Amino acid sequence: MKKLVNLKAPKGFAGLLGLLPFVALLILYLMASDARLEANPSDKLLPAFSIMQDSMHRMALEPSKRNGEYLFLNDTVSSLKRLTTGVVIAAFIGLLLGISTGALPVVSTMLSPLLTVISLIPCLALLPILFIVLGLGEVSKIALIAIGITPFIARDIQRRALEIPQEQIIKAQTLGANSAQIILHVYLPQLMPKLINAVRLSLGTGWLFLIAAEAIASTDGLGYRIFLVRRYLSMDVIIPYVAWITLLAFVIDFGLRKLSRRLFPWEIAE
Amino acid sequence: MIVANNIWKSFGDHSVLERISVSVSEGEFVTLVGASGCGKTTFLRMLLGVESLTRGSLTLDGQTIPSEPDSDRGIVFQQYSVFSHMTVMENVSAAFGFRKPGISGLLFGEDKRKAHEQSLQMLERVGLADSIKKYPHELSGGMRQRLAIAQALLAKPRILLLDEPFGALDPGIRSDMHKLVLELWEEHQLTVFMVTHDLKEGFYLGTRLWVFDKVRHDPHAPEAYGATITYDLPTSTTGQTEAEFQKLFLQKTY
Repeated sequence: MKKLVNLKAPKGFAGLLGLLPFVALLILYLMASDARLEANPSDKLLPAFSIMQDSMHRMALEPSKRNGEYLFLNDTVSSLKRLTTGVVIAAFIGLLLGISTGALPVVSTMLSPLLTVISLIPCLALLPILFIVLGLGEVSKIALIAIGITPFIARDIQRRALEIPQEQIIKAQTLGANSAQIILHVYLPQLMPKLINAVRLSLGTGWLFLIAAEAIASTDGLGYRIFLVRRYLSMDVIIPYVAWITLLAFVIDFGLRKLSRRLFPWEIAE
Repeated sequence: MIVANNIWKSFGDHSVLERISVSVSEGEFVTLVGASGCGKTTFLRMLLGVESLTRGSLTLDGQTIPSEPDSDRGIVFQQYSVFSHMTVMENVSAAFGFRKPGISGLLFGEDKRKAHEQSLQMLERVGLADSIKKYPHELSGGMRQRLAIAQALLAKPRILLLDEPFGALDPGIRSDMHKLVLELWEEHQLTVFMVTHDLKEGFYLGTRLWVFDKVRHDPHAPEAYGATITYDLPTSTTGQTEAEFQKLFLQKTY
């Protein structure tokens, strides 16, 4: 018998082994749900899958009685719009800040302290300010997401820019490059995959801000919905919604990773 | 062409170089040898313009060496010399875009065709014409260094600085590289400075060999004194044989 630290899952079983905890959790839920429903058929805490299915059927496939919209689709589209707008803005500003502080020492001396301080602000505490200044509409929610993750992306890109070997920067200069060309042809292309990576890492935080903003002031969105139906203890809606958000997060992350691989084939070896 | 006049260099209390006075004329191939940490690379970086002088002066054609790198002085480092996000072709033709004024450095039409043609010629010269679409990580160490040299030469530098360019290569590949460098040195009429660990390599390649070593020692403060050029040997003209010198050198430093 090998020592535990050297023991690896046998080939072919690795996927199965990873699936095991999921199955275990599922069985646990089913058992607990059954037990509760047996004691009280109208229990709302751990709804059976059939009830969730009914609820989601109502949310997704039947137009809402109030305004005739398909709520599930609507919520998803609104939330994704806010999230992507916020994240794209953050990525753009973060890239600009990161590249300029990473490549230009003077800019770094000027902006780095500010960036450090801003990144320490707990962003949710800014939400009231945003609501007051920008109103309760879309802008404040997008702003929260953008403000929340820009400092992270900027600092990550800055660090990555500083990691680019100084040799390459010197080399570019010996080939006659000026500052703009160095940024455009040496820094920028090498930082693009890092940017995608930074976005992937900050998406979790992005979702957090999105749901928080939607919970507080919104009329649609995934976060709005789960906080709305919470009042009726509608676990049969909340649980599928949470699962859906998780799936969306997974798909976006997976898509970004694939995109990065495809666009930057030279990145793999490092 | 290049004149160093009484150069001193120290980082705080740590002296690295002292009393370096040499002059080098166009077309020389100078090899710099010495124990590690003795300031050979520091001297090379001064020539490159990325290291300042604490005292003394370093001039190129009577002008102080510019304090930032430019296309007069090409460089090949031991590693990271090529751009990892560019293919072999893009790496080599980078010099053409970078030479163009303006912020984009992009080439179009006739310029692009010409750059491609000249790059291809150079790649053929260094034996990389078959790999123009590959990325550096797909190349062997020797190929990567050949690429770095080709890239540096297309910027048409007058001076080529080599910082232990073959230090990480296998001996067989190394001798191929030696041949290549000597040929290119003649073809392009370069002035070459090459830092190396390998004394033999230094003798074989250089027309002139500098040995960096400390002449003053303070056992209580090993960092108090810097190294200087203890031997300045015209390798091809003196009668002092390599073997004889090697004996001397080995006794002294290792």
